[in-house]
Amino acid sequence: MPAAIEIDHLSKQFRLYNEKFSSLKERAIHGGKLTYEPFWALRDVTADISEGETYGILGRNGSGKSTLLKCVAGILKPTSGEVRIRGSLAAMLELGAGFQQELSGRDNIYLNGSLLGLSRAEISRRFDDIVAFAELEQFIDNQVKYYSSGMYVRLGFAVAVNVEPDILLVDEVLAVGDAAFQRKCLDHVRRFQREGRTIVVVSHATDVIRQNCERCMVLSHGNVITVDEAGEAIRVFLADLLGVGKPEGDGGEGGGNVIAIGSVRTEHGGSGTRPHLYPGESLTVTAEVDSLAEVRDAAATVAIHDDSGELVFASDPDDPATFIELPQGGGVLHFDFPEVPLLDGTYSVSVGVRSLSDTAIYDWKDQEAQFEVANPGRTTGRVRMPVDVSFRVRSTGTTGEVPVVGRDLGTDGREPSVSEAAS
Amino acid sequence: MSIGAVGPAATEPDLPAAVDDSPLPARVTRATERTMTVVNGELRLGPRLRALWDNRELLLLFIRTELKLKYKDSILGFLWSMLNPAMVLGIYWAAFSVINRGGGIPQFAIWLFAGLLAWNLFNNAAMTSTTVVVGKAGIVKKVAFPRELLALSTVGVAAFLFVIQVGVLVIVMAALGMTPALGYLADMPLAILDLIVFTSAVAVFLSAVNVYYRDTQHLTEVALMAWFWGTPIVYAYGSIASLVARHPSVLFLKYLYVCNPMTPIVMTFQRAIYGKASYVSPAAGNTAHVATTLLPNLGVGGYALGLVVVLVASVALFLGALVVFGRLEGNFAEEL
Ligand SMILES: Nc1ncnc2c1ncn2[C@@H]1O[C@H](COP(=O)(O)OP(=O)(O)OP(=O)(O)O)[C@@H](O)[C@H]1O
Ligand SMILES: [Mg+2]
Repeated sequence: MPAAIEIDHLSKQFRLYNEKFSSLKERAIHGGKLTYEPFWALRDVTADISEGETYGILGRNGSGKSTLLKCVAGILKPTSGEVRIRGSLAAMLELGAGFQQELSGRDNIYLNGSLLGLSRAEISRRFDDIVAFAELEQFIDNQVKYYSSGMYVRLGFAVAVNVEPDILLVDEVLAVGDAAFQRKCLDHVRRFQREGRTIVVVSHATDVIRQNCERCMVLSHGNVITVDEAGEAIRVFLADLLGVGKPEGDGGEGGGNVIAIGSVRTEHGGSGTRPHLYPGESLTVTAEVDSLAEVRDAAATVAIHDDSGELVFASDPDDPATFIELPQGGGVLHFDFPEVPLLDGTYSVSVGVRSLSDTAIYDWKDQEAQFEVANPGRTTGRVRMPVDVSFRVRSTGTTGEVPVVGRDLGTDGREPSVSEAAS
Repeated sequence: MSIGAVGPAATEPDLPAAVDDSPLPARVTRATERTMTVVNGELRLGPRLRALWDNRELLLLFIRTELKLKYKDSILGFLWSMLNPAMVLGIYWAAFSVINRGGGIPQFAIWLFAGLLAWNLFNNAAMTSTTVVVGKAGIVKKVAFPRELLALSTVGVAAFLFVIQVGVLVIVMAALGMTPALGYLADMPLAILDLIVFTSAVAVFLSAVNVYYRDTQHLTEVALMAWFWGTPIVYAYGSIASLVARHPSVLFLKYLYVCNPMTPIVMTFQRAIYGKASYVSPAAGNTAHVATTLLPNLGVGGYALGLVVVLVASVALFLGALVVFGRLEGNFAEEL
């Protein structure tokens, strides 16, 4: 298979200006010289993406995924290296496809289609398809500035896929649309796959990658850490997420701090027998802590995020039970959850130690460890809420238990008074 | 229907949607048959010009879009593009014709209109080009296309307004019963070409520079003001020539005017539209009539020669501007 995209020792350096001086005066004041820090968003990335392949790119926020796609699309110019492509290319980059806010959806379809290389006649021919795909029939003559972000992305995606490019680049589009639209996009992706087009997908949704991509690249701080078949790449990506395979030179937090948190681990009721725990089982989070000196005013924090990055739980910062005293030396911090009321999902755990006397944070390990909950039963949703169901016959005429039922069901926050209930 | 189709790809340009089920519809060409493009190779001048030509449809769309945006939500719409120059003309006419007697130029309004016609195109495009790349950041950051088109679209919009103003001019001249110098109209296409090429060069250059130095736009505003007064529009070149003839010490003025590419263009417009190179007026307290020269008496060929020189210079400037643009363009998406 010939390569549809050849990425050849691509590096991209951004200049992080200490302050942005963009007028002559400011440049003159600073002696014509700008102080900036070089920042390598991509370092020596090399990859061949074959024709007809669906290729995923994974990586944490800021790892350079969007930068890579922009270099492939020809929007950013690499500092060194080269990208070669075969065939036509359309890109759906983060949030919207370069629309003109003041123009109507109709005009933007023509503008965007032309930018992607379609002739006017071709756009007219596909116009109805595009509008139907985006489900924007009613709004097509409204200015896009009044579109919701979902509508905006739908329109952009609709144009990009209807251009029928040989190579389609997609950056996190699926994150914005609703479930119905996501399905539609994926259907389109599948059709493109059948037709032998090349697709490059950036996504944080590992299951999207797992289901659609043959191979996947994992980026970390601008470096390629692996290119592998999807399942293996996802494993490497998660490991990177947990900080296991972190490249050197990124000490980050806790460099010169008194307290440093080492590895964070989880252990649960099912440990040893199975990798996941069942809802309701216990969970223990342990964190290695090194302390250079005795610290008496520390407090430990633990937080749990779900796989979409939503916070599920964070410990109460004022709870005296979280206050700890650390002797000089090392130790292990334990967080015991007697019961995990979560249903299915992969969750990550963050651990921090902060100072009680001021706002300083000694160290914080963000989403370092993971645990997985698998629900053997058929309850669905997010949390485990034991529920008792009973049915009580309405006894007419007597003031029996009826009011009690009414009281228990006061879920709307209204608590009927006792006298009211008794009457 | 296309079951037996085994021929080379792209023999069937218009496949219906039913191709969904077939494994490899004909529309998708195999990679081996496609040409390979180096995405980020430094584009040299030749390919750059070619890309501009290939995207001419996009340029027209940009121009249309811009015009649409310009008059969106305005009741008078395109009427403004006639009213605006008409009002500017009225103000200058009032200022110079009534107060100062226009330096004595008869039919001063037409004289003024002829020069302003050329100047407005240049001025409009130069002013709007400074902000065009910055203003279209949304597109520049999302799609790859020859960004020079944005600068050229400002010239296109200015050219559209130019056409409208020509319409106004024709009406005014017909109303006043004036005729242009028919022979010199032959020079007009060349003058307009000069104007477009020179304006494009300036627009392409300014649009790129303003991305890096945002005060280019303010500087441009001031520079254009000075440039306007340094070009014989509200006065006649003849008055400068006679000044230099009387005071040889200001000879440098003459060179200044000769070096200004707008001078030959504006003078051709005036010569052709206004129609006269000089006028005769009764001198005060004297029965003899005095002839005042407005424009050099060079003949159709003489004006054309000047225009050819300007064209050569403008083409060189345009190519230079494209080179500068190409250098700066690489970092547009990250600077915006
Ligand atoms: N124009 C720019 N100037 C300076 N730095 C930039 C610029 N664009 C991106 N960066 C930096 O490059 C790095 C990579 O950014 P990029 O957008 O590629 O990340 P990403 O992997 O797409 O992240 P996310 O998952 O959040 O979309 C970031 O640290 C970002 O700050
Ligand atoms: Mg991104």
